[in-house]
Amino acid sequence: MSNCSRTALVFAECADGKLRRVALEALGAARQLVQDGGAVHAVLVGGGTAASEAAAELAARGAGVVHVIDDPALAQFAPEAYAAAIGAAVAAVRPSMILLGHTAAGRELAPRVAAAVRGGHIADVTAVETTDGGDAVFTRPLYAGKAFERRRFLPGAPWVITVRPNNLPLADGVPPDRQGVIAALPFTAPPLSTTVLAIARKADAGGVDLAEADIIVAGGRGVRSAAGFAPLQALAQTLGGVLGASRGACDAGYCDYSLQIGQTGKTVTPKLYIACGISGAIQHLAGMSQSRVIVAINKDPEAPIFSIADYGIVGDLFEIVPLLTKRFQLLLSQPGD
Amino acid sequence: MNMVVLVKQTFDTEEKIELAHGAINEDHVKFIINPYDEYALEEALRLREKHGGRVTVAACGPSRAAETLRTALAMGADEAVLIEESGLGEDGHTIAAALAAAVKELAPDLVLAGLFAIDRGAGSIALQVAERLRLPHAAAALKIEIHRNVETPAAAASPADTELAQSPSPDFTAVVQRDTEWGLETVQLPLPALITAQQGLNEPRYPSLPGIMKAKRKALHHLTIAELDLTPDDLNPRTERLALLSPPPRAAGRKLAGTPEEQADALAGLLRSEAKLF
Repeated sequence: MSNCSRTALVFAECADGKLRRVALEALGAARQLVQDGGAVHAVLVGGGTAASEAAAELAARGAGVVHVIDDPALAQFAPEAYAAAIGAAVAAVRPSMILLGHTAAGRELAPRVAAAVRGGHIADVTAVETTDGGDAVFTRPLYAGKAFERRRFLPGAPWVITVRPNNLPLADGVPPDRQGVIAALPFTAPPLSTTVLAIARKADAGGVDLAEADIIVAGGRGVRSAAGFAPLQALAQTLGGVLGASRGACDAGYCDYSLQIGQTGKTVTPKLYIACGISGAIQHLAGMSQSRVIVAINKDPEAPIFSIADYGIVGDLFEIVPLLTKRFQLLLSQPGD
Repeated sequence: MNMVVLVKQTFDTEEKIELAHGAINEDHVKFIINPYDEYALEEALRLREKHGGRVTVAACGPSRAAETLRTALAMGADEAVLIEESGLGEDGHTIAAALAAAVKELAPDLVLAGLFAIDRGAGSIALQVAERLRLPHAAAALKIEIHRNVETPAAAASPADTELAQSPSPDFTAVVQRDTEWGLETVQLPLPALITAQQGLNEPRYPSLPGIMKAKRKALHHLTIAELDLTPDDLNPRTERLALLSPPPRAAGRKLAGTPEEQADALAGLLRSEAKLF
């Protein structure tokens, strides 16, 4: 595929009407991949009234055309309806590559889109390299980060790429004269076989997904009970972070499996990971060892978690964590150095 | 109810990954059923206990994957299919094409699979199979209920329904509670469909001794790609691996000494001044 023929379509995922950061990371990757002379399109699906703001941001950050698709069936995420909407955009744009975030929605849509266009799918991409000659190489984790592979697409079929949140740079802004255009794309949802009967919304996460969180405070068996997560929650709240957990804590029933980080569970790469009462089984380390800064708090000085922690505290988490919360409440009320 | 469970053989989660000569070293490695696929299989066995029917496990992989299928038979699956992966080129497109062709022949009411495999972690193949077979899906199931549809007498008596009778309503409906980023979502979809299993769906059983004995007599079919209804394009890989890499090494940092108060103070200070986080 020569550079000039490259056309990218970015699925600009929104949450609660707002553009997700990963959408701008995917847009950045698309601009890098099409290089000069290529075209970058974005598709906004079911954004409702807030869509205009998201569309403007995409246009300002280098999407040449922002296609806005709205239909009552798209008011909330529904894989069948959303896949059909992306299909409509694919038919209109005929892209050589389609990019999505490797989020819950992206993970459901990308394989369907890939199979529908008979394309390849490189998933959970953490780095993109391009050469002047137009070659593109994608780095992605294997075994939740115990190893990595570099892959490329073979010629002749569309590319489908899902990018891991928090790993690629955001698309830069473009000069006002190069901003893209915003256009509505006609769409009627097909009859859907799946009906949503009920949604029990999560109350605590503050809308931040574990995979996209900048700060994670995680608990292991050392928290000893569901109530033992309370001091961790207080610290997470103070730092503007979210809670995570090891498999041990989930298996023991201290918390929900949706918090589990590791080879089973979620792989995370936050700026700061604070592991409390987590010994550091290899299956847990796989899911978090690519975090930028790792703090470990554990009673056992021999715990494997210390071997990858930037800062370790040997001590009782029930003593240390509340002190940290207090210290940070004070620190964050003062300006930095 | 006729069910197919897609399974993959993976390294045990406690295994380290060692690279040697550009490949992952498999010597002395313990292999398991991908944990998410094990939840899918357990659920299929429980649904069979409730509704009757048959459970076929299907895998696409190297010949060692037969051990995993034998374990699945020992857990209680009725039959197993192993598609030998040679000629498929370790690519999602080709593997999905092969699995879809095998599943199609089995004409299941329900296809179950894990949310993702813990080795490649893409979570792509099961949903590609769904798309190829035009099946609706529900991802990341935490609870699955199957209802047998009963024709209501009123509907049967109504002459306006003759047209509907030509496209018969499905025999089963699934109600699935699924794990999403925004909460627990309950969806309803008609079978045939594909459902992927999230951790927490159930507690998989261990194979019993009689189960292991019985498994030896159950059918484990080996299929080559030549035996499947595949086009040349289905067999054209879309991606290829260029290199395998070890993760960047991470050295241990320092342990902070002192009283708990001193440790907490030191940490907060270092996170701001050295790590530039706050």
